[in-house]
Formats: sequence, C-alpha cells, structure tokens
Amino acid sequence: MADRTSLAVRDLAVEFRSEQGVVRALDGVSFDLHAGRTLGVVGESGCGKSVTARSILRIVDRPGRITAGRMILDPGTPREVDLAQLDPESKEMRGVRGGRVGLIFQEPMTALSVHYTVGNQIMEAVLQHADISKAEAQNRAIELLREVGIPRPETRISAYPFELSGGLRQRVGIAMALAGDPEIVIADEPTTALDVTTQAQILSLLRRLQEEKNIALMLITHDMGVIAEMADEVAVMYLGRVVEFAPVEEVFSEPRHPYTRALLRAVPSILATPRQRLSTIGGAVPHPGARPSGCPFHPRCSEQLGALCTEQSPRPVPPGRSGAACFKVDQSEAVTA
Amino acid sequence: MNLLEVQDLKKHYPIRAGLMRREVGRVRAVDGVSFHIAQGETLALVGESGCGKTTVSRCILRALTVTSGAIRFATSETETVDLATLPKRQVRPLRRHIQMIFQDPYASLNPRMMVGDIIAEPLKVNGVPAAERRDRVAELLELVQMPQSARIRFPHAFSGGQRQRVGIARALALNPRLVVADEPVSALDVSVQAQIINLLLDLQDRLGLSMLFVAHDLSVVRHVSDRVAVMYVGRIVEVAPTDTLYRAPLHPYTEALLAAVPAPDPSRRGRRRVAQGEVADPANPPPGCAFHPRCPYAVDRCRIERPELTPTGSGRYVSCHRAAELDLVGVR
Repeated sequence: MADRTSLAVRDLAVEFRSEQGVVRALDGVSFDLHAGRTLGVVGESGCGKSVTARSILRIVDRPGRITAGRMILDPGTPREVDLAQLDPESKEMRGVRGGRVGLIFQEPMTALSVHYTVGNQIMEAVLQHADISKAEAQNRAIELLREVGIPRPETRISAYPFELSGGLRQRVGIAMALAGDPEIVIADEPTTALDVTTQAQILSLLRRLQEEKNIALMLITHDMGVIAEMADEVAVMYLGRVVEFAPVEEVFSEPRHPYTRALLRAVPSILATPRQRLSTIGGAVPHPGARPSGCPFHPRCSEQLGALCTEQSPRPVPPGRSGAACFKVDQSEAVTA
Repeated sequence: MNLLEVQDLKKHYPIRAGLMRREVGRVRAVDGVSFHIAQGETLALVGESGCGKTTVSRCILRALTVTSGAIRFATSETETVDLATLPKRQVRPLRRHIQMIFQDPYASLNPRMMVGDIIAEPLKVNGVPAAERRDRVAELLELVQMPQSARIRFPHAFSGGQRQRVGIARALALNPRLVVADEPVSALDVSVQAQIINLLLDLQDRLGLSMLFVAHDLSVVRHVSDRVAVMYVGRIVEVAPTDTLYRAPLHPYTEALLAAVPAPDPSRRGRRRVAQGEVADPANPPPGCAFHPRCPYAVDRCRIERPELTPTGSGRYVSCHRAAELDLVGVR
C-alpha cells in the first residue's frame, strides 16, 4: 500500500483480572491504520472493538491491562513511539491523546462538560496541544466550529452543550477531536445515537474532513450499512480477535469467515421483500470470560470441521493482508494454491 | 371493522412561565394524527426522535391523557370504545386487550421474579386459576422458543435476546387483540435482532397478531410491517403499504429518510443525497408544511399553507401540496 502507515498494532492483548477470573478482552489483535484511509471495525457487543480504541489511547478502565503487543505510532519515522510502552499518565501520552490521536465518542456528552461553554472546552483542547495565546485559541475554536459545519460559530462558542441538538453536539465532539490537529481519528460508534438523516450528515462530514486533512480514520460500528458507506478496509472482530480483514468490497461480495457471512445474512435490509425472514446465527455471543476452546466461533459455526476447530486456534490474519482466521478458509486456500 | 381507528389525535403539552405559571405556548407533540389498524395487520409508525411516534403509542395505551381526538378500539367483534374519552376506571378492564413489548429487555423484567412468574403475572392479575396459569406459561414458553426450564430461572441468567422473548411471552399471555411494540429490537445485537424479527414474523403468521410497531429503523420496518405511517413533527406525512412506500415514496420527507439509510452494499456508496438541516422544534414548528425548510421541492405555497393528509388511492395517503407532480426516488 502506498499510503503512509500511521499506526501499526501488533498482537495486542488486554486482560481484565478480577476475583471471578481473567477475562481476555483482546486476544492478539493486529492491524494497520493508513493516512487518508478508513479502517472500519465491526462486530457485536463484547467483540473488543471499543477496548481496541481505548487501548490505543491508553484509557482502558481498571482492572483492564495491556498484557502483550505493540502499538507503533508513525512507524519508521523519527516520531515513532510504541504506545503500549508509555505510561498512561505521562506527558508524552497526554500529547498523543487528543493530540496526535483524536477521539470521537458515541454520545458527545461523554466528551463534553455540562459546566463550560463549547467554546471554552474547544479552546482548552487547543491550548493543551499548541503554544498560542488565548485570543488565538478562541479564533481557532471558531474556525473549528465552522469547519464542522456549525452555523454562526461566533455566537455558538458561548453556547452550553445542553443548548444544542444531538447532531450539533456531535459536530462539537468532532471539533474537539480535531482541536489537536490529529493524524489519526478514532470514532467509536459516532452516529449510533443519532437520527438517520443526522447520521448521514455526520458521516459525510467525517468523509470530507478526512479527505481534506488526510486523516487515518478508525471507524468503530456495529452497523454494516455504515461500514459499506465509509470503510476502505474492514476488520471483523469476534470475541477479542480480528477474524477477517479485507477491502470493503471483498467483505461484502465474497466474505471469507463463516461469522462474516452469517452476520451479513442477519442484517435487516432496506431492500428487503415484504415479510422477508432473516438467516440467524444460533445462540448468542458468549461472555468473554467463558471463551470457547479452539476457534472462539466454533459453537455457533455451521461449517465447523470437528476436532480441528474445537481444539486448535486458527492462525490470525497477518497484518497488511486480506484473509480470515479460519481453518476452513486455510484448507480451501491450500487447495487453490 | 377496523381493530383500531385513531382520528385527529392531539397531545399538547403547555409551556408555562412567570409567577402565575401562565401558559405561554404549547409543545404540539402529536398534532392531528389519523390512522387505522385492521385485524391481523402490522402498522409501523416511523420517524426521527421527537416526531411524536412514542407519544402516539402512549396515548393508545392511555399512559397519557389525550388532548383531543378519538381512539376507537374494537374490544370484540361487535363492540367499540373510544379510549381517548373513556374514564380511567373503565380503561382498566380493557388493558388486557392491548399489551406492550418494550425496547430494553434489561429494564423491563423484574430481576427478583422468576421467568415463569413474570410471564404468569398478567394472568394472575386477571384472575386466571393457578393450574391454568401453569399450562399457559408452558404454552407461551414454547411459542417464543424458550426451554421449559427457563420457568424457574431469573432474568439475569439470560441474554438480551432471550429476555426479549420473555417480554414477548408476557405480552401475549392474555391473547391481546393489539400488541404495541416500541422499538422492540433496537437494543439488540445484529445476530439476536434477526432472531427476534423472525419470531415476530412467526407470531404474525401463527396468531394473526395485530401490531403497532413503533421504530426508527427503516430496514427493520421493511421486514415486519404490512403498512407504514411516516411521522414528522407531530403529524403523519405519508401512509402506504410497505413495499409501495419504499419503492415509490410520495412525500419528500419519506424520500429523504430512505436516502439517508446506508445500504449494506459498498457499490451503492455515494449515490445518496443528504437532507440538510435539522428536525423542527414541535414547540415552534415552521408555518405551512413543517418540512418546508428542509425540502428541496418547496414552493411558496408550502411556506404558508399547511397540507392535509389526503387519500391518493390504493390505500395511500400523503400530505404534500406537490405530491401529484413530483417524481420521487425510493430504494430499488
């Protein structure tokens, strides 16, 4: 790929240890983010997509802890740094968080304080990552609000978050994420709480900003429609692993992993015929604390190969390549090779 | 005879201010809504947040006092009551006929009650003897495809999808004439959502269920409903049989809603137009057609004169001055 790699995540593992036992939230996750491209991360609840985002920003909740792996920011450049090795409280990590890496939340109110005006909050974010005067920071805040399509930004900077609609609040959330002039933006379900026409506006805003600023976007969602609309590459996650990685067209036209196939068939479609039934995946996602042996998907898999799948763990997809972590796929590829 | 006929339903909330708490304005949450549901039919009420769809459903359940209008409900083959004006005391015995499926299966089941007791509760309240209750619970568990062993377990032992099955079993316990489902699958994961959608389709077939399906997800709605009513700022802007509405919408807002849904197909990317602006405030709706500030087809008349919901034939209704001349785009 010609695009510059902004972040290389390798073999990332995160565990939550408690009296009830150890929960492996991430189990060897690898992927790359590229400047100007969007990686869509998709999966059901508990698959680890949000923990991945929080790990990159080093804001995993206690008692969660990174037990293995690397997260190399700007690999091969003088600015290269392994985020997994940094102290979450360190000055360097604080420069990354909200600076080199911006974060957009599902509910923008999580990112915004109710006590301060949106202008104050954006200014604070700007001042944290740039050595400029307050007046300059205010101008920058107005500029950012204009960039994210907020009408009359000069007056809106004195508004409190509760005075804004959900759509406008998410635009402010995006302005906050952009305040540190990031090269990577992680958006965790950025449109899930929004109405459908607002969602369409926010997605097209994200697309425009990404193109203008050549941002590497990591878009986390459970919505296959949003993935189809936005992603260049897709990582499908299940129980803390990337089970399939491929360009977006391939994921939809020729999904490799049985889970991806089942998931796509289960999605209700705006193009459905009347009373059309959906294919279902039997059972539910197991609790990450009760991870099945072998391939974590085998108890729900309609294509499993017996002992191989129940006892051994399939090889993860090598980063930078398309593929699926599945013995069945391995076998069919061995035949065609 | 229709099972339910809602006519010119209004639910206004006064805005009070000042020392005397004088009424200074009104939030017109529901402002003149009319529709019907036939026996065995599923009508979807769709729209964005604040459009009034949930308020309509709560009026039908009489969880809210109606400002004006009629809600005629057939309690039997021959008898009809107006739920909007009936005194509270007389609503109570009718509640068994209208049951509700809730959005959040984690919040809607009592964690201290065993599943069997949760499902039996409405039977108990309505004086069904214990032996009969047991048989009925067994029947209901089978109907929603839950194991009989679930009866003596607590809700926390079950996943979100299984809890929603319990909620559905409870709603069906008394053989209600109408089921009101408010966003019944929107809190569920995709794979579980599919199971519950299929279950609802099964129940429609097996029991001839009549349902008011309140939802914001147009994809889900296309799977489960026979007809769709689209709401915008307290009013219905279009009603049509499901397939017709999706293929050939008549109201520009319906067109905008359909265009906004991202289809799970990357080859269709970038083909949609995005509606500008935001949903109007029901406390201060724009004059004329409430959608006119966002409507790409609006003309002067739309800014002044409010359109009425008008039949256009084949069971379709639309409230748009330009409906006859516009050629709008649906999906597929």
